[in-house]
Amino acid sequence: MTIHPDHPIKFSPMHRLQWEEAQQKDVILYPEGMVELNQSSAEILKCCDGTRNLAQIVSDLEQKFATTGLTNDITAFLEVALKNGWIQQN
Amino acid sequence: MAGSNKTNPTTTLRTGITPPRWLLAELTYACPLQCPYCANPIDYAKYQSELSTEDWKRVLTQARKMGAVQLGFSGGEPLTRKDLAELVKHARDLGYYSNLITSGYGLTEEKIVQLKEAGLDHIQVSIQASSQELNDHLAGTESFQLKKEVAHLVKKHGYPMVLCVVIHRENIHQMPEILAMAEELGADYLELANTQYYGWAHANRDLLLPTKEQFEQAEQIAQAFKEKVAGKMKIYYVVPDFYEDRPKACMNGWGTTFLTIAPDGAALPCHSARDLPGMDCPNVKDYSIEQIWYESLTFNFFRGFEWMKEPCSSCDEKEKDFGGCRCQAYLLSGDMYAADPVCSKSPNHHIIQEAIDSAKASALADNEKPLIFRNSKNSRLLS
Ligand code: SF4
Ligand code: SF4
Repeated sequence: MTIHPDHPIKFSPMHRLQWEEAQQKDVILYPEGMVELNQSSAEILKCCDGTRNLAQIVSDLEQKFATTGLTNDITAFLEVALKNGWIQQN
Repeated sequence: MAGSNKTNPTTTLRTGITPPRWLLAELTYACPLQCPYCANPIDYAKYQSELSTEDWKRVLTQARKMGAVQLGFSGGEPLTRKDLAELVKHARDLGYYSNLITSGYGLTEEKIVQLKEAGLDHIQVSIQASSQELNDHLAGTESFQLKKEVAHLVKKHGYPMVLCVVIHRENIHQMPEILAMAEELGADYLELANTQYYGWAHANRDLLLPTKEQFEQAEQIAQAFKEKVAGKMKIYYVVPDFYEDRPKACMNGWGTTFLTIAPDGAALPCHSARDLPGMDCPNVKDYSIEQIWYESLTFNFFRGFEWMKEPCSSCDEKEKDFGGCRCQAYLLSGDMYAADPVCSKSPNHHIIQEAIDSAKASALADNEKPLIFRNSKNSRLLS
C-alpha cells in the first residue's frame, strides 16, 4: 500500500486518537487494542484531518518544527499507518 | 460473600505495580441465552445482587483516573441493564474507549442509535455457528436471524463491527462457512476464539474439545483466510491452549493490566479468580479501586514470581508466561501454585492428554451425554 500524493489523508473514523494523561502519551484506540505513539508519530497523525495531502502535511510539519527533509520519514510512517488502517485516502 | 472481610486489603508498597489499562465491567449475570461454553462461574445463580448505577459510575471514574482506557461492558447480557446508555455516556465523558460485548439479543435499531449517541465505540456481536440450526441449538434460544440483522445494523450505524465466534467441537467443522459469513456480514474484525475450558466449558469439556486433527485443519483454513482478507478484516485468533506446549501469559500477568468487576461488585484479577480457594475478592462497595488494585491481598497474591513453585521458580521462561493460568492450574491439578498443566515441563502435563483422550472417547461413544446448558436451574443444581 502506498500513499497517493495528491489525495487528502484522513484519520480513520474506526479508530480514536487521544491523549492519555496517565501515560503522558498519545494513543490510538480501536476494538480490543491500543497503540502507544511517540511524539512525532502523533504529530503526523494529527495532521491527517482530511483536508491536507502528503506534500501539505510535510510542509506544515517542517514549518512547525523549523526543519527540512522530513519527506521520507513522514511518507514511511504514513505507509505503515495506512497498512494498519489508522488513516484513509479516497 | 466476597468482600465482606474488611481485613482483606493489607498495606503493601506500590512500587513496581503497573496501573490497570483494561476494565471489564460484567454488568449482570442475566442472559437470555444458554451457551454451554459460557465463561461465567457455574454457581453464578447465587450472586443475585447487582451494583447500582451510582456504584458503576464511581468504579468507572476511579479506574479511569488510575489510567484504565479500554472498557468492556459484558455479562451475562449487558443489554438487560436498563442503565446501559447512561453508563456508556459516563464512560465516554471520562474518555474510555468502550466496547459492548453482546449476544445481540435485544439489540434494536433504536438502541443501537441511542448507544451511539451516548458515545459507544464498538459493538462485538457473538454468533454461535454459521447455520441457524446449530446456532439456535448452542444458544439454547432462537436467535440466528436476529443476530445477522443486528450485525447489519451495527455496520449501518458506523460502528466498527466485531464478530465473535467461539470455536469448539460442535462447530469447528463449519470453519469455512463461518469465515464466509463474516465476509458477507462485512465484519471489520473477526474473533475466532477457541474455547477456553473454564466455567461451563469446563463442565462440558468432553463434548466441546476438538481433536488435534480437527483443530489443525480449522487453523489452516483460518490462516489462509487471514491472508486473503488482509487489509480488509482483522482476525484475532485465540489458540486452544490444550494443543500448545507452553501456557498463555494469562491476563498479561496477574494484577498488571486487567481488572474485572463482577455483577455483585467483586473485583477480580481474572474472571474465574473467585473460584480459587480462599480468594476472598474485595468488593467495590467496601473499597476504592485504588485500594483494591494496590493494596488488596487478592490483587497482590500472584504478582511477581515469589509465589512460584518448581518447575516455574527456576525456569528461564517465567517472565514470558508467568507460569500460565492460575485458575487452570487449580481446576486441573487442584493446586493453584502449580505450573499450568498445559506446560510440557509441568509434572501434571499428562492431565491434558487425559482430557484430550477422554473427549475423543466421548465423541466416539454412541450414547454421548448431552450438553449442560448455562441457566439458573443448572447453576443451582451444580453448585
Ligand atoms: S456466553 Fe452465552 S450464555 Fe454466557 S453470557 Fe454470553 S451469551 Fe450469555
Ligand atoms: S515451567 Fe512454568 S514458567 Fe516455565 S514455561 Fe512452564 S509454566 Fe512457564
